[in-house]
Amino acid sequence: MLGKCVGVGILAVALVASLAGTGLAAAAKVIKIGAVYPLTGDVASTGQDCKTGVELALQIINGKYNINIPYAKTAGIPSLGGAQLKVIFADSQGSPQTGMSAAEYLISNKGVKAMVGAYQSSVTKTVSQVTERMHIPYVCSDSTSPTLTERGFKYFFRVNPNDKISAKDQFEFLNAMKKQGKKVNRIALVYENSEWGSHVGQQEKLAAKKFGYKIVADVPYSHSTTDVSSEVARIMAAHPDVVMEASYVSDAILFTEAFKRHNFKPQAFMAMSGHLQNDYLKAVGADANYFIVRSTFNLGMAKRIPAIKQVNALYRQKFGHDMSANAVRSFNAPFVLADAINRAHSTNAAAVQKALLATNMSAGIMAWKGIQFDKNHQNKYASFILEQMAKNVYQTVWPFNAATMKVVWPFPGWGK
Amino acid sequence: MENQLLQMTIDGLLMGSIYALIAVGMTLIWGVMDIINFAHGAFLMLAMFATFWADKLWGIDPLISLPFVALLLFFVGWGTYSTTVRKVLSGPILAQLLVTFGIGIFLVNLAVFLWSPDYRQLHHTLISGTCHFHYCVASKGKVVAALTSIVVFAATYWWLKKTRLGRAVQATSISKEAALLMGINTERVFGITFGVALALLGVAGSLLANFYYVFPNVGDMFGLLAFAIVALGGFGSVPGSFIGGLMIGLAENIGGLYLGPQYKYAIIFAIYLGVVMVRPKGLFGW
Repeated sequence: MLGKCVGVGILAVALVASLAGTGLAAAAKVIKIGAVYPLTGDVASTGQDCKTGVELALQIINGKYNINIPYAKTAGIPSLGGAQLKVIFADSQGSPQTGMSAAEYLISNKGVKAMVGAYQSSVTKTVSQVTERMHIPYVCSDSTSPTLTERGFKYFFRVNPNDKISAKDQFEFLNAMKKQGKKVNRIALVYENSEWGSHVGQQEKLAAKKFGYKIVADVPYSHSTTDVSSEVARIMAAHPDVVMEASYVSDAILFTEAFKRHNFKPQAFMAMSGHLQNDYLKAVGADANYFIVRSTFNLGMAKRIPAIKQVNALYRQKFGHDMSANAVRSFNAPFVLADAINRAHSTNAAAVQKALLATNMSAGIMAWKGIQFDKNHQNKYASFILEQMAKNVYQTVWPFNAATMKVVWPFPGWGK
Repeated sequence: MENQLLQMTIDGLLMGSIYALIAVGMTLIWGVMDIINFAHGAFLMLAMFATFWADKLWGIDPLISLPFVALLLFFVGWGTYSTTVRKVLSGPILAQLLVTFGIGIFLVNLAVFLWSPDYRQLHHTLISGTCHFHYCVASKGKVVAALTSIVVFAATYWWLKKTRLGRAVQATSISKEAALLMGINTERVFGITFGVALALLGVAGSLLANFYYVFPNVGDMFGLLAFAIVALGGFGSVPGSFIGGLMIGLAENIGGLYLGPQYKYAIIFAIYLGVVMVRPKGLFGW
């Protein structure tokens, strides 16, 4: 009897799930775009965050809002009679292979005309191979591996800055610290060893050499690891001044806890990506303080860009919490795509590709001068900021002219 | 690097005994039923979430909810056996292989659906903070987990060797038919074994939730390690899984320190392959 009840229960859940997926048939004048994200798997919380960014972007593009960013005040794509964008999400599970077949499915079975997303560079790499082969414009605003825009792809465009720019920015910041008389020479690099992290490490090594810093520890690791004790032991044994970390969420939590457990206090911790996630911040609490984190966005920037406040208010209304930097990253691509389709007056791949090449638009809620693509299809105005957590809000500490807070250096210690 | 060796040995032994406690359930199920429980990681996740929600919703500390989580997992195990696993035991071998795989995928996705894929962590539990030994550090959560693991191992071993039910489990694992002829209700033994295996996993999950984050896929890597431990220690051997767990923990930490963390899983699976090549039944298998 119990067995039957459970069986019926499972069946009911499955039925509800399948019904939820079908939805209603699309109305006329709908342009479908595809988005592959890690919606399950160990990077899923970030993937879901990215998904919310895309959903909000589409809401703003499709509706009318009095916000001073492109395509907010008009409904849909103006040149196509207000055509609506519709996003179809597919799950990569964080795996390049699954992401690849998800992209093929979106294009072949769902008929998407353009692609955004992927988040993990390793997945973006395989998804973009599919879109390139099938002539589908792909605007990415959430993957940072420099190699993505160095393959000479015709249909792949990147709005956000890449890890080459990031490494340069990080060391320019260290140079500035050095000039102020701070002790920075010995650098420890720790990075997850998939497409993204290993290229972060590679670019940081190149930049360290160029800027004249000494790499005292070079620690790649697997981000699905259950324990980082040996990683931390290697880092601590090298006695670095600065630890540069590139982690996703779970590994970022493990590292922060291990550093704290050993009461390890270098001059500074520098981090990125996983450290921006809301669930990382919740998991480690006050231990996230004083990490100098690479980002492109924080809510503190609203002082300079008023639209951020309005966009975040909409976001809060829809999702019940503030926008994370990762949600904002993914928020950007649909606007660039909408702009290209609008100027192309069509969804024809060649026309949209041509329009993308000629992109010259405002950067919306980002602090960049604008969006224009260079010969590699990398947005030439994209740049990073460095930020530090203060009273549960990230504040910009670099570049100095955009800073909303003076950098706390050296790292004051755990529980301070 | 030398003074890191002691630290790595401690870390390795602590993590290793937790890995072992996770693996022992898998080895029991395999030993008695000849089924590889691919849903092991997912059940671990369930135990961790149960512990997490007990603390978050009702303020019950993981240390106190531990026996209840173990009991809950016992019934989850019993239920899983009687509703699904029992049905496929008489089916083709492929169905036996796939059923736990399916259960695992179902549970993980159910967790994503119910609780979102966010990472969650308990703060301010009864055992938090660190303890110091010489110049070495360990989190109290890990130390308590490791000590409990040793006690639970001893109890499980005693249960198998000294009690009537334990002997019935052993007899069934040696030969189901002979046990049946001796008047042992093997169906019941199977159900109890599955239940006990998951109860042990429940203890592991509860202890882990003290110092580890919880999310729907948290069990993936633990499940994979458990599989290596079971194969290393010998399918069906309880002491084997304990030794196997410690070996994996030490290999991961000491190997990671000297050869580089990027190779630690390569080292673990190289040891596993080496043992399986020399002794296909594992170190303590029979």
